[in-house]
Amino acid sequence: MHATTQTMPHDPAHSAHHEAPGFWRSYIFSIDHKIIGIQYAITALAFLLFGFSLMAMMRWQIAHPGQSVPVVGPLLATLFGDVAAKGVMSADLYNTFGAMHGTIMVFLAVVPLLTGAFGNYLVPIQVGACDMAFPRLNMLSYQFYFVGGIIMFSSFFIPGGAAQSGWTSYPPLSLIVPTDGQTYWLLGMVFLITSSLLGSANIITTIIQLRAPGMTWLRLPFFTWAQFVASFLLLLAFPPLEAAGVMQLMDKVTGSSLFLPTGLAVGGKVAEVAGGGSPVLWQHLFWFLAHPEVYVLILPALGIVAEVIANNTRKPIWGYKSLVFASLALGFVSFIVWAHHMYLTGMGTTIATFFQTTTMIISIPSVIILTCLLISLWGGSIRFNTPMLFALAFLPMFGIGGLTGLPLGFSASDLHLHDTYYVIGHFHYVVAPGTIFGLFAGIYFWYPKLTGRFMNEFWGRVHFWGSLIFMNVVFMPMFAQGLAGMLRRMSDGGINYSKAQVGLEGALSPTIMELNHVILWGAVGLGLSQIPFILNLFWSIKHGEKIPNDNPWDATTLEWQTETPPYVYNFRREPIVYRGPYEYSVPGCDKDFLPQNQPDQPTSKP
Amino acid sequence: MSDAHSESYKNYTRKCLLIFLAVLCGTGLMVGASFASLASGVRIAMILTIACVNAFLVAGHLMHLISERKMVYIVLVFTVIFFIGLMGLTIWAHADVPHLKGV
Amino acid sequence: MDIPYTVKPRPDTGLYNAKIGMWLFLASEVMLFGGLFSAYIFLRVGAPAGTWPHGWLNVTLGTINTVILALSAITTLLAWVALKLNQFPRYKVFHALTILLALTFLGIKSYEYRDKFLHFEVQLKDGRIADGHMVENKRDADHIVLHGHYVENRAELMDGHTKGKEHTELKIPRADIKRMQNYGPAHNNFLGIYFCLTILHALHILGGVLVIAYIWGPGSKMWFTDPERYTNRVEVSGLFWHFVDLVWIFLFPVLYLT
Ligand code: HEM
Ligand SMILES: [Cu+2]
Repeated sequence: MHATTQTMPHDPAHSAHHEAPGFWRSYIFSIDHKIIGIQYAITALAFLLFGFSLMAMMRWQIAHPGQSVPVVGPLLATLFGDVAAKGVMSADLYNTFGAMHGTIMVFLAVVPLLTGAFGNYLVPIQVGACDMAFPRLNMLSYQFYFVGGIIMFSSFFIPGGAAQSGWTSYPPLSLIVPTDGQTYWLLGMVFLITSSLLGSANIITTIIQLRAPGMTWLRLPFFTWAQFVASFLLLLAFPPLEAAGVMQLMDKVTGSSLFLPTGLAVGGKVAEVAGGGSPVLWQHLFWFLAHPEVYVLILPALGIVAEVIANNTRKPIWGYKSLVFASLALGFVSFIVWAHHMYLTGMGTTIATFFQTTTMIISIPSVIILTCLLISLWGGSIRFNTPMLFALAFLPMFGIGGLTGLPLGFSASDLHLHDTYYVIGHFHYVVAPGTIFGLFAGIYFWYPKLTGRFMNEFWGRVHFWGSLIFMNVVFMPMFAQGLAGMLRRMSDGGINYSKAQVGLEGALSPTIMELNHVILWGAVGLGLSQIPFILNLFWSIKHGEKIPNDNPWDATTLEWQTETPPYVYNFRREPIVYRGPYEYSVPGCDKDFLPQNQPDQPTSKP
Repeated sequence: MSDAHSESYKNYTRKCLLIFLAVLCGTGLMVGASFASLASGVRIAMILTIACVNAFLVAGHLMHLISERKMVYIVLVFTVIFFIGLMGLTIWAHADVPHLKGV
Repeated sequence: MDIPYTVKPRPDTGLYNAKIGMWLFLASEVMLFGGLFSAYIFLRVGAPAGTWPHGWLNVTLGTINTVILALSAITTLLAWVALKLNQFPRYKVFHALTILLALTFLGIKSYEYRDKFLHFEVQLKDGRIADGHMVENKRDADHIVLHGHYVENRAELMDGHTKGKEHTELKIPRADIKRMQNYGPAHNNFLGIYFCLTILHALHILGGVLVIAYIWGPGSKMWFTDPERYTNRVEVSGLFWHFVDLVWIFLFPVLYLT
């Protein structure tokens, strides 16, 4: 290990030209990674709420097809006109909302929260650096994200509305829908992808180059490792989708037919295109990103959960190295499993076998990670606070999500399950009560570092129990519906299909259809459960209980060893790291934790 | 500025010019090969091989890849693996579609 | 604010920040063009028999552009070497040359594009096809004038090398025309992916020119305050420039020669 000692940027000569940079420089065009992290957090949380509301309205339509949406119906009618006449959601509007729900949740809410907000804020501090390696690019990355978000959002209000072809945007459908929504979608994606490339290159460089003296690779907190792997996934998997996006843009704008096959018929007439293209090509390029993307969705959440668990069990993470190597393996293998989303494209058996095998292989590191985290609980004296509750609930929820993935990974069972609500149940278990619970755990956990106050514990628990119960009310029935054959993306919730088939094999039974009402009320409950969270988030800034010191959770990692909120350049003096990230309850120490930057206690001479 | 220092850059400049000439020759060969009357598979293989040589000269010498740091190699090795995975598996998947077999 | 290793390499990795940053960026660029080249192969292999054209592009212009880019790669390197040897004026000359060469490349590329947009395939109602460059296409005239030739069958157009027929001035009444289309991206998938690939590549060139021009012009003040960092900038921009050259080294044979 090298031992360069850098003078940290605290000498007065430097700070002179940093005095009072003014509102715009400090909050809007800031290059401080902490401010940028907060900008990401605010924007992404707003999108999270927006994405949720889209889905809440859709759940109404599914449960009560053709009935005016309560409360917001008139608003929909004024905003969208014909497609929401009398406040009833038409199929077109349903498709728009569905496509945008997925897009917003994945690309504008959850991933930006994980990497843009948490990654930006925490990674530099956790490695002991004064900022990101490229602060200006960091600002640019947020600006690209913001513009991408604006483009996506504004597309709701153009004639014809936003994109309608799912977050997956499969051609030919995405190309033959005659409105401009898809063009906006593609343009927005190009911005979001560029933003994410800048961000991930930045995070990787920061971790490689700016680790403080003594911060060896195997002393990095697991959260930072997770960010490292996730950033690599973003860096290398997103570009092929960018390529595909540009190609689809060509098709949409110049009328080329890279994704349109020969003899394509639209509305009973052969389409006026050159043909010869391949819709399956899009699927390859899309899933080459989108499968690694699901690990981008889960890895940083696992990182957060690991930090929270280590801190609240007061004991080292069990199998830190296994966690690290499992994440690396997970990252690697996630690049070669993508076609398990495409078993139904007429794929041959040899290649299907290949992808089934890799899919099964990738569940091994996933299980290793989950097992490590579970065993970490063993024998700990667990502190049950709100962050810990969310972290604990994360484990079984992620478990359900992962295990239900296995039947999807086999082509034989996937033939039945593909495109049903079972798939929806599967990935929402990993992303909603999984990743989003991880995010909540992280927010409750690091909030004191940002504000100097705790979030209210009582309302935190209300939020937790409400979310846990209603998440399951929403998503558990979907497995039953999917197994019974209910397809996803149907704007009437399957009622027409069932009516047409009454008594026939394959018709959906009334019980299955009735579950749509259960889910609707679950979604309403879930929405209501977020109210205490939102209020708590704002209220506690001023009125929360003050933290007793800069390290209120008695944590070991570097972000807790600096002031609250951290100084502009994070540390007044460059930290020197002496130990691994999870030295809790080390025998023979007077405290039950040893911060990473605490030198070994001088051994008393005999 | 020491003489050895400037001498080593002189040598380097000379090397660059040689590489430039080599790339020119490669390009000439490629164009020549494209007009040769060979089976199209052979011709394409030849052309792409020459292209790879040219690419190696540029990446290896002009971008100094033959004497880079380990960290850069690690990044690039993974990139190349995923590149091959992307290209190889999509093409393989394409070739393995049952109804196209034996056509 | 001082971020460490912006100039000096970090001892254990041996790299300064911008260099590893640039390599990471290039890694993602490799995957970007990896996606496009995969798409190219996929489309080409999957094209219905006899619909993938050959020899539609101008090999002479392509070769000239290849040479120009290779030359510009050398001039960036010489620019960097000049800085290493402390010869700022020489640097200015070489980097200016790089910019000029890059602009020439773009000029030639636009000429090629223009040529494609003026080239038309005109399907006549009697089944014949007229193929050639548009000479006259007035909206209010009842005919168009094409400099080209007639073929019976579209397949005859697929091989651009066999210029069997002589090109003459063809006057075609609009009433005889069934469908008329230029050789733009919508013409067929070869042209679609050709435009896609080369436009993206040209955008990279343009980006490179902007960056290099900034470094060369307003950014060059840094040479007098922080020469080492400035030299690093030039080196890193050079890496990007070589990568763009590298992509062309594959684009040229793949699109023009095979
Ligand atoms: C270890 C476990 C996992 C396995 C074996 C697995 C397998 C699968 C398979 C085979 C599909 C395709 C199903 C179909 O469309 O027919 C699928 C869909 C999906 N999975 Fe997973 N998965 C796993 C973990 C995850 C994780 C951790 C996440 C996210 C954080 C995730 C997110 C998704 C998403 C978003 C989709 C659906 C995409 C769509 O069609 O819209 N999966 N999974
Ligand atoms: Cu997947």
